[in-house]
Amino acid sequence: MIGVIDYGAGNLHSVRKSLDRLGLRSRLVSSPCELAGVRGVVLPGVGHFGAAAGELERRGLTAALKEWLAADRPFLGICLGMQLLFEDSEESDGRAPGLGAFRGNVVRLQGPRRLHMGWSFVRSGALREGAGARGPDDWDFSGYYYFVHGYVAVPAEPGVVAAVAEYRRSFAAVVRRGNVLGVQFHPEKSGALGLRLLERWGKP
Amino acid sequence: MSAARVIPCLDIDAGRVVKGVRFRNLRDAGDPVERARAYALGGADELVFLDVGATVRSRKILIEVVERVSAEVFIPLTVGGGIQTVGDFREILRAGADKVSMATAAVLNPGLIADAAAAFGSQCVVLSVDALRAGASWEVMTHGGRRPAGLSAVDWACRAAALGAGEILLNSIDRDGTGRGYDLELIRAVSEAVDVPVIASGGAGGPDQMAEAVLVGRADAVLAASILHDGLWTISDIKARLRAGGVEVR
Repeated sequence: MIGVIDYGAGNLHSVRKSLDRLGLRSRLVSSPCELAGVRGVVLPGVGHFGAAAGELERRGLTAALKEWLAADRPFLGICLGMQLLFEDSEESDGRAPGLGAFRGNVVRLQGPRRLHMGWSFVRSGALREGAGARGPDDWDFSGYYYFVHGYVAVPAEPGVVAAVAEYRRSFAAVVRRGNVLGVQFHPEKSGALGLRLLERWGKP
Repeated sequence: MSAARVIPCLDIDAGRVVKGVRFRNLRDAGDPVERARAYALGGADELVFLDVGATVRSRKILIEVVERVSAEVFIPLTVGGGIQTVGDFREILRAGADKVSMATAAVLNPGLIADAAAAFGSQCVVLSVDALRAGASWEVMTHGGRRPAGLSAVDWACRAAALGAGEILLNSIDRDGTGRGYDLELIRAVSEAVDVPVIASGGAGGPDQMAEAVLVGRADAVLAASILHDGLWTISDIKARLRAGGVEVR
């Protein structure tokens, strides 16, 4: 069973529909006790960093998810869900901390448009030569994925960056450590390639 | 940067895809779910559904179409037609849409743009601008292209983006369904004036015109209906030609 975290915002349904399509059973999780029997957690993302962090806290999920992450249990953060894995964000002026699984913060994306919206090429590898995350298996993330975001995570540890994309400059598109994966794009909206990523992450 | 998006537009009336010329003379163009599935398989980057009936009954049908499509097509879906309230937004997003587009309602009540952006985020608020050439400028039309709004298309797009619209769907009424090519001046004027993505719409006749819309008009995405519904071009052929013309596509 995969738990899709419900924090009152975000489009949870498209994530669940894509898991359904892959034959992966899921349920919504809006309180810590609903994590019982769940083997992997998806934190989907759409919305405001501060509002989401506040809502996780209000539902008692912040502590439960921190514990989950500390135990290196399977976790997938999507878009805002990836950003919430970091320490804090400019979007909330540092007033609402994230889950802190990765060191670093989230900053406004500087580019030709206010939002980076569209399909961009993701390349497996590090932001800087020789600093890439190496998983136990050689997971290749390369290909086009669909992005919608106005903020981007800046990892303090270059080794966690597993794939990068460009929007005026390179940014971390995938971060990974052990079983914890964060993707800035929307795999549930990235066609066949996105489904393949979800399947690879979610299949036992 | 992002790849230029190629977006089939499915106008829905009474559960069927329809297509007209200059917003009139609608004819049948197939089953929406079948069409959506085929376009997605063919490499469409996104799908737009517009409820041209915009009645209570047609909304119900539209919702069913969106529910069915979103259960099997995993690319972004934009849905519009007859949106009046934040509640309409919620209903359509819940059915599986990623973005909601509005046209007339936003002109009549610009606060709806800000309200929807505050409630759901500006990434899912699409302003659809139906523009009719008026001398050296373009006038915004409402009610399916029938009534002048008394607004300049460029000014209105800017104002809407400032209010929280995350994307502009820019339709040239003059070119709609004609296959004569996009109105490049209109697209460029809006694209340079706003800080959100612009989807060029109205007049797609083939990939060379789509390439112009991106390279000359600076559109982020190109919308097409007739040439796809009529089978004049497939999406993969369009993309091959765009790529050869120096446009990045997925």
